Parts: sequence; structure tokens; C-alpha cells
Amino acid sequence: MSGGERSTVPATTAEVERAVAEAHRHEWALVLAATARVAGDFDLAEESVQEAYLAALGAWARDGVPDRPGAWLTATARRKALDVLRRRQVLRAKLPLLLEPDATEPDVPDEIAVPDDRPRLVFTCCHPALAREAQVALTLRLVCGVSTGDIAHVFLVSEPTMAARITRAKKKITAARIPYRIPEAAELPERLDSALAVVHLLYTTGHTAPAGGDLVHADLVDRALHLARMLASLMPDEPEVRGLLALLLLTDARRATRTDTDGRLVRLEDQDRSRWDRDAIAEGRRLVLGAFRTGRPGRYALQAAIASLHALAPRYEATDWPQIVRLYDALLDRWPSPVVALNRTVAVSMVDGPTVALAEVDALAQDPRLAGYHYLPAIRADLLHRLGRDTEAAQAYRTAIDLVDNDAERDFLATRLGELTR
Amino acid sequence: MAQYAVLIFSPAPADPMDLTPDYLALLERYPAQVTELGGRIVTGFALQPSTTATAVRGDLVTDGPFIEAKEVVAGFFVLEAPDLDTAVRIAKLNPATIHGGVEVRPLFTPPVE
Repeated sequence: MSGGERSTVPATTAEVERAVAEAHRHEWALVLAATARVAGDFDLAEESVQEAYLAALGAWARDGVPDRPGAWLTATARRKALDVLRRRQVLRAKLPLLLEPDATEPDVPDEIAVPDDRPRLVFTCCHPALAREAQVALTLRLVCGVSTGDIAHVFLVSEPTMAARITRAKKKITAARIPYRIPEAAELPERLDSALAVVHLLYTTGHTAPAGGDLVHADLVDRALHLARMLASLMPDEPEVRGLLALLLLTDARRATRTDTDGRLVRLEDQDRSRWDRDAIAEGRRLVLGAFRTGRPGRYALQAAIASLHALAPRYEATDWPQIVRLYDALLDRWPSPVVALNRTVAVSMVDGPTVALAEVDALAQDPRLAGYHYLPAIRADLLHRLGRDTEAAQAYRTAIDLVDNDAERDFLATRLGELTR
Repeated sequence: MAQYAVLIFSPAPADPMDLTPDYLALLERYPAQVTELGGRIVTGFALQPSTTATAVRGDLVTDGPFIEAKEVVAGFFVLEAPDLDTAVRIAKLNPATIHGGVEVRPLFTPPVE
């Protein structure tokens, strides 16, 4: 069996387990993407990849950890998939499901020749013919290798429910023949949008768990960052990919200061800026500048630019608020979302004062898409408090508390309310 | 090649006699566009208006389409295409998508195994 150069020294069990875990974390997408090309369907691909990881435990303990574990795993998984296909004797019938003609070559070339199929995998998982929740679940399962049980836990559904969701999505890919390929140039912007939206949704779900106790679901945040980095390395010329990675890095640079030691939410203005991750900020800043240089910046690059101005400000009051308002204007132009308009009012309050901002918030409150959105009454409450209208502010905080799901956010709002009515 | 049913939905009652000259002109060009995009229409039908439909649910026989909605099935065709992306590209050019829409749905073939 080929697997590249191999170290001759047999490894200890602990070393092997560490190497396999490491390979699971970093090579899963590569291995699965290359195996899916041979397997022709995701179920067989997954099964073969899982078997390859199991086989690695024994083989690596015996022969040493290969220099390129990903290549070893890919070659092993592809062979396992081909064995199954030969046994089924339906090689010809199965292959056309996913494959393009050039990929039907049944000989597994040596791993050196294996192309990077991860973009195909990502674009298939994020295909617009799949519902967003299915795209997200498939991406976590197939691209990140997260277990169905863990995915179910993050999205607060039972494991059988999540398993059914993933199975349905895979069945649709096969039955409707969603192709395993990179979209054509004309389709790419729309398809890329869909993939970036999935990564962004993973991040925001991890950043502020929609319900429950922990404010940050750290593992999910790391997965989203990993995916964004992967996409940026696969598509270095796409400014929005860089924009998304920048946005995630700049937001995540503040992770350690978003909650205090008791898990309570800390406002941006009260966060200890000396503890922000300077390396992440510098990298995010570089990416933003790069994305802006390519011409008309997209929604992620614009959001990242706003985040970078926050990250660079020495104090909350010293933030370049007029520039933030201008970036929000550009963002609204690219992405006319009421949530963006609402966030813009916070910056407006720092430039034109709370009275102007409150009028804008009250106008937005008429938008049915913001009904039930707890940030609206929360922002309104803060503006009313700054205007000395504490009775109305208290009422707005109560409205926000009724709407919020996340415990840390609820505690934060309750504390603010307590300060008013003290 | 895979086969898809393309179900055409138009504002009720979807009377084919009421189609505008513009729509008919677009429809005239459609088969050539399908071929150009790599598909083939296997067969296709337009339906009489939904006011002529009769629904049967269990023992209950009622006047009108099975599901009461703003848009009703106006016709369908069977499309042969290499994959869903091609089928959707073809579906997007159908004039029904201007005021109504289409549903692209793979035909069922019993599994080989």
C-alpha cells in the first residue's frame, strides 16, 4: 500500500492516537472529497473514510506514522471504496451519479496525483437546491467530519432528527443529481454566496449560541474559522472569501473579553482592549485592505472593515464613528437588511446623538422583519437611558428580556434593567 | 442523463387560451434553448384551465384543483439533462417563471440492487 515516505520507527499508541486525531481534524475534508470522487455517493465515501481512519490506528502503530497522513488516508479510503464498488458489481451503474466523465478512471492513481476536491465537496454541500439547515448539517458532517450527535447537540435537535435531515439531503443529492463539481464562472458568485453564508451561520451560531447557557460554543467557532481559512486558501482571488475570513478573525479577536469570569456578557465599551488578540486583528486588517483593493467591496468585506475600526480604536469613545456610519451606508447599499439598518443606529447615536438614533430605531420598529428581534428593544432601551427617559428604558429592557433566548444575554439585560430601577 | 419532471405553475386559472403573444413568442424559442443548454424534452403537455379540474379525496369529489392556491399547475414536461444544475438552468429560461414558477423534480426509477 502506498502512503508516501514513512518514518521507520514504530510509534507508541499515544503518538498514533494523537496523529490520527490530528489527521481527523485537518485532513478529513481532503480525504473525503477525494474519496467521494471515486465512491460516487457520499454514504460510501463516508464509510470508506471512517474505515481508513480506523485502519490508520493499526497500520501506523506497526509501520510508523506516514510523512503525509492525508495522502495515506486518501489512498486507503479510495481503495476501500473501490473494493466495495467491485463487490457490488455495479461499478458502471453507480459511478455516473456524481462523477464527470474525466473522473471515471477506476485505477486509483498514486496520492501525488490526487487533485484537491475540497471545493467540489463544499459547493455540493452548500448547493442552493438544499435547504440552509441541510447545507449547514452536511457541511459539518462531510467537510468538517463532526459526528451527527455533536451536530444535533449544537442545533438543539435530537440525534435521530439530525440523522434524518442529513440522510434526506444526501438522498436529494443522489436522486436529483446535484453534480459534484465547481460551479461555472457565471454561477460562481451566487454559489459562493451560499457557501459563505453557511460558514458565517456556523460562526454566528457558535459565537452566540441561539439558546442555552454558554455564550460561545468554542468548537463551532473554531470549525467556522477553519472552514473560512480553507476557502481562503482554495480561492485566494475571491475578495468576499477574504472578507469573511477577516470578519471572523476580527470578531473572534474579542472572544476572551466578551464575557467575564462568571460568564456574564461584557459590552464592547467595557471590554478590556489590552486582552484582544492583536495577531488576529493584524491578520484581519490585512485581509480587509486586500479585499478593498480589488474594487467594490462586498458585504463581508464591509462588515469586516467595520469590525476592524472597532478593533483598532484605543477606547470606545475614540472609535472612528463617522467612518463606521459611512461603511454602514455602503453595507446597506450592498445588503439592504433591517438588521444592518438597526446596527447602523448605534453608530449614528455616537455621531449625531441618541435623539436622532432613537427616531431611526422607532422607524425601524415598524418593519415586521424585526418584530421579535430582541436587539431592537435592547438598543432602544440604551438610547432612552442616555436621554434620561429611564421609565421608558425599563419598559424596553423588559420587552427585550421577554424576547431573548440566550441565558448570558438575558442576564446582561436583567442587570441593565436592575441598574435603572435601583 | 437523468430525467426530471418540470411542473409549470401559473396564476389561476392558467387558461392556455389566455397566453399573451409575448409569452407564446418566448415559448416558441424555448425548445432551441433547451437543446443549446444540453437538455432534451422527452414529452410535454399543457393543461386545460384549473376551473376544469376535479379533485377526489377519499370518497369526496370536489370541484377545482387538489390544492387551492394562487398558482396552479398549468402543464408539465419531462426533461432529460445531465444533472440538476443543467436542469435548473433550463428551467430558469421557461417563460412560466416570469409570473409563476416551475418545480424541477427527478423522475423515480426503481433502484438497480
